[in-house]
Amino acid sequence: MNPLVFGAVAYDPKVVTIWSGFRSWLRARQLAFDFVLYAHYERQAEDLVGGRIDVAWHSPLAWVRTRRLARAAGVDVRPLVMRDTDQDLTSVIVVRADSSAAVVGDLKDKTVAVGAIDSPQATLIPLHHLRELGVDADAGLRVVRHDTGVGMHGDHIGGEREGARALLAGRVEATCMTDTNHLAFAQDGTFPPGSTRVLTRTAPYDHCVLAAGPTLTAGAGQQLTALLLSMSYADPELRHLLDLEGLTRWVPARETGFAQLTDAVDATGFYDPDGRVTAVGYRP
Amino acid sequence: MTARPRPAAVVRLDLSGLGFDQGAHLLLRRALEEAAPDRQVAVWGTHPALLYQLTVWCRREGHLVTPAPPDQAPLCAHVTPGAHVTTRWEGADRAGSAGPGGAVRRPPLHWGLAARGALVEEGGPEVYFAVADRDTAWTDLAPRLYRQATAAQWDPDTAVPWDAPFSLPDGIERAVVQVMTFLVENEQAALVVPGRLLAQVHPHFREVLQLLAVQAADEARHVEVFTRRALLRGGEMGTSSVGGRASLATLLREPDFSIASFLLSVLGEGSFLNLLAFLERYAPDPVTRRITHLVRQDEARHVAFGLGHLEHRSTVDPPLRGRLRAAVERRHEVLVHTAGLNTDVFDALVLLAAGSWSPTAIERGWRAVQRLRADMDEGRRHRLSRLGFTDDEAADLSQLHTRNFM
Repeated sequence: MNPLVFGAVAYDPKVVTIWSGFRSWLRARQLAFDFVLYAHYERQAEDLVGGRIDVAWHSPLAWVRTRRLARAAGVDVRPLVMRDTDQDLTSVIVVRADSSAAVVGDLKDKTVAVGAIDSPQATLIPLHHLRELGVDADAGLRVVRHDTGVGMHGDHIGGEREGARALLAGRVEATCMTDTNHLAFAQDGTFPPGSTRVLTRTAPYDHCVLAAGPTLTAGAGQQLTALLLSMSYADPELRHLLDLEGLTRWVPARETGFAQLTDAVDATGFYDPDGRVTAVGYRP
Repeated sequence: MTARPRPAAVVRLDLSGLGFDQGAHLLLRRALEEAAPDRQVAVWGTHPALLYQLTVWCRREGHLVTPAPPDQAPLCAHVTPGAHVTTRWEGADRAGSAGPGGAVRRPPLHWGLAARGALVEEGGPEVYFAVADRDTAWTDLAPRLYRQATAAQWDPDTAVPWDAPFSLPDGIERAVVQVMTFLVENEQAALVVPGRLLAQVHPHFREVLQLLAVQAADEARHVEVFTRRALLRGGEMGTSSVGGRASLATLLREPDFSIASFLLSVLGEGSFLNLLAFLERYAPDPVTRRITHLVRQDEARHVAFGLGHLEHRSTVDPPLRGRLRAAVERRHEVLVHTAGLNTDVFDALVLLAAGSWSPTAIERGWRAVQRLRADMDEGRRHRLSRLGFTDDEAADLSQLHTRNFM
């Protein structure tokens, strides 16, 4: 039997540990499972729709593109599972505690730091949020990008950390990041206690999703889904892998959490309706 | 009959003004452990961003947050602990117990570097240690010898009268320097061997590791004082022979813990006890006398550990004696074509015991070195018989021991 071929983006060396460990665990349960690693999400999305891999561990942006590519190609793709920690994230736009900015409108004619050009959480969604509130280039907003790990859709935390440092150094008035990283930067000392304030927060959205391509059979999809949902934190073989991947359990995927990102992609022309990359200056 | 008090339906946690950027999660984690598996934590607090931080932290950690209605402030929210709070330690086990008698017979490899007696989370990498069996590593003497060893440490700077006035004829000083050069070479072997053995022993047997570490530290100090005495009068070091180095090299090549310990401590260092007593007796100056005395005390401890370890092992594993015998024979075979003890060292020992170049004195010195060899042989036979060898076997094996002493 041909193994199911799974794709993941190698944004960090731990990806090898995680998926090698999951592979052993899945194979011990009679699921023939192999994986390949990609340098960026664009090729992974194209290969999933093109049938060169069967399943992909996708960023939300890769999922938005996959939907478009699949529609244009006339093939089926479907989301299988996501992490419990992927649901209902928000992004925050943070200022220094002593900033004169009290409301979002105060960012007009100011400079805001964002993450990489392709980061849903630190660039596309928060900038769209500001745009909806009337703060964009037309209102004099200047954007400083931190292009770390371009093509990895913001998985690399470096861009958000650079933005945080720019905020503390006074080079920007505000910076964008996930609520999780805002708390993490406070806890690891990047932000001293009480040094920042959340100026505005986006509506909740969902993050990564494990996506099935057109070559995955219904039976293999069900088997993979059932095995992932059965993974327990009580299993010592899995626990450290779940910790590394940042979840306590897998949950069934949903498609209700990608509307803000879809709107942001359309508003900025990041992809066209057929999933072609149209973002200016984006070279993964 | 008195009814037991029932635990409160909800665990109350008042964070006061504390935020999650200042350590609030420590208090919440503790409350969640108390509440799990089927109760909630009611979180109270006045930090302005408390609900935001609480929600983010709980999402990341897999707990469910139900915000309280605003009119109930400062009650912030109820938190339902995720199932993983109770499952993490389900398969954990205690790594024996911490006290001296608390080692288990075969500590699992996944205990790795965990402290003995710790509660060890299930899973994790298996760390391979060649010596992972109590009968191989453990001697009941180790805790006591370790305590003695740490109490008996001495400072080379203050324990030795380096400035004591003395003057030796050139030939005698050269003899001292030659013997010191030989001792440094041997002590370096005695430093490397316990270092290598230490890395083989499962850390569960921590007293054995500690003792080997102190033994290595002893040898480091011995290397220092012998070197310092050799250079005390400004001369150069003496000679190092092929035969001596070949003999010591065979010690480094022995991979088995018990056999290496046998060859080094029981036979080698055991013979050195006689040599050091000889040197203390015939030392021509107070510095040499003092350092050989101090070193001999340390070496006696090393011999005691090696003997205790092997006595225990040969009791539980009688075929071990056959392997020890084979190791001595193998080493003899390897060294049979080498010259043995460096003649410069032999001559220096004779001269030291003689005290001068006069023929009468040399004859006396010669006899003293012959007696030293006989004493070494007797000591080895005595220690071998303690390990259960018959008198004949002990005599045979002692004769096969390296002529280089160590």
